Amino acid sequence: MRHAISSQKAAELIPDGASIMFGGFMGVGSPDRIFDALVARGARGLTVIGNDTARPGVGVGKLIDAGCVVRAIVSHIGTNPVTQKKMIAGEIDVDLTPQGTLAERIRAAGAGLGGILTPTGVGTVVAEGKQVIEVEGRQYLLELPLRADFALLHAHESDYNCNLTYRLTATNFNPVMAFAADCVIAEANEIVPVGVIPPDAVRTPGVLVHHLVERPQ
Amino acid sequence: MDPRELIARRVALELRDRTLVNLGIGLPTLVARYVPEGISVAFQSENGIIGFGAPPPNGMEDPNLTDAGGGFISALPGSVSFDSCVSFMLIRGGHLAMTVLGGLQVDAEGRLANWMVPGKLVPGMGGAMDLVSGAQRVIVAMQHAARGQPKIVPELTLPPTAARPVSLVVTDLAVLEPTPQGLLLRERAPGVSVDEIVAATGAELLIVGDVPEMPIAVARAD
Repeated sequence: MRHAISSQKAAELIPDGASIMFGGFMGVGSPDRIFDALVARGARGLTVIGNDTARPGVGVGKLIDAGCVVRAIVSHIGTNPVTQKKMIAGEIDVDLTPQGTLAERIRAAGAGLGGILTPTGVGTVVAEGKQVIEVEGRQYLLELPLRADFALLHAHESDYNCNLTYRLTATNFNPVMAFAADCVIAEANEIVPVGVIPPDAVRTPGVLVHHLVERPQ
Repeated sequence: MDPRELIARRVALELRDRTLVNLGIGLPTLVARYVPEGISVAFQSENGIIGFGAPPPNGMEDPNLTDAGGGFISALPGSVSFDSCVSFMLIRGGHLAMTVLGGLQVDAEGRLANWMVPGKLVPGMGGAMDLVSGAQRVIVAMQHAARGQPKIVPELTLPPTAARPVSLVVTDLAVLEPTPQGLLLRERAPGVSVDEIVAATGAELLIVGDVPEMPIAVARAD
């Protein structure tokens, strides 16, 4: 059993220049308390890896607004004009990745695989510079594993052992990212005693989680 | 009739009973309003749910229950939620009977461009490339022209979404089917002549015999 840490402490663990994966889809299921603490700390030079950059002031959009981010590996920035403006101004590099490919690259890293073969992106700009491999007459792109220094997760419940559950569409990238970073930090809506979460309901085994952020007092 | 409504009501006739369908954001979303009587379709939203319903009453919204655009939805009895890996296993793995997507351009070979305009608009592909690669049928729902310029062109000038041709293109003027012989004009919108369609189309069309008028789904009371 471990002690939870404050969101400020979590933000101090993440150095400037780190790469972070974050759960969330349009800000739904994002670790907002850790984002707020990173903004308060004045974090700089971060690479963020996630589905999208949400909207200004929402989810990871707060880090974009505050100038914490120099690179974003995401599938979509269309809902965040600040990201687009900073990309055009050369302040943020944006690597656009098909959503399913992003999920599988992260899964490959977390599962110890050397990459994945996907038909997605064949014959498009996504294929530029990538190896095309033919399997049983069909063409696939070799997409490489994607890891980060940190994974920042948002869960519904955590028990004292950091076993995590998620709710509905707030699940999204959170479970897969728990496998693909050197340090995994989670925040949860509820923290409950060990035994409250039935084994079958646990979606992320607590052994993967390094730190849990305490609930706001 | 509003051109967007016309397109949605024609696309709705492509829905098949007891299948899984993904609707893109914007115009394609309207298709859900015109599901024909007797047809039961499960809609997937790629952020992680099958079986979502209309937004809940005011004040009943759940911040953990949203569509791919981040808007609040409800969950119907029997709905299921899942993570992004499973969501794209459904999409890429051929488990999706049909997807309906918006389009910027379609060319004579049936290739779709719908994710960026270089130098102008770079929203990103989101799930579009996976959807076009993996869905059993890909239907493009879009206006036939934009600001007087044809969106159906001889060859894409915008970056393609996939190399794979789409299955069907439904516009406010026509229904077109990419075939190995060319882009087949299957149907005309009510009151629109073949000549008008040809004039509004950049690509060459394959026209075989009389082109029938397009049927459309009835608007349901609910």
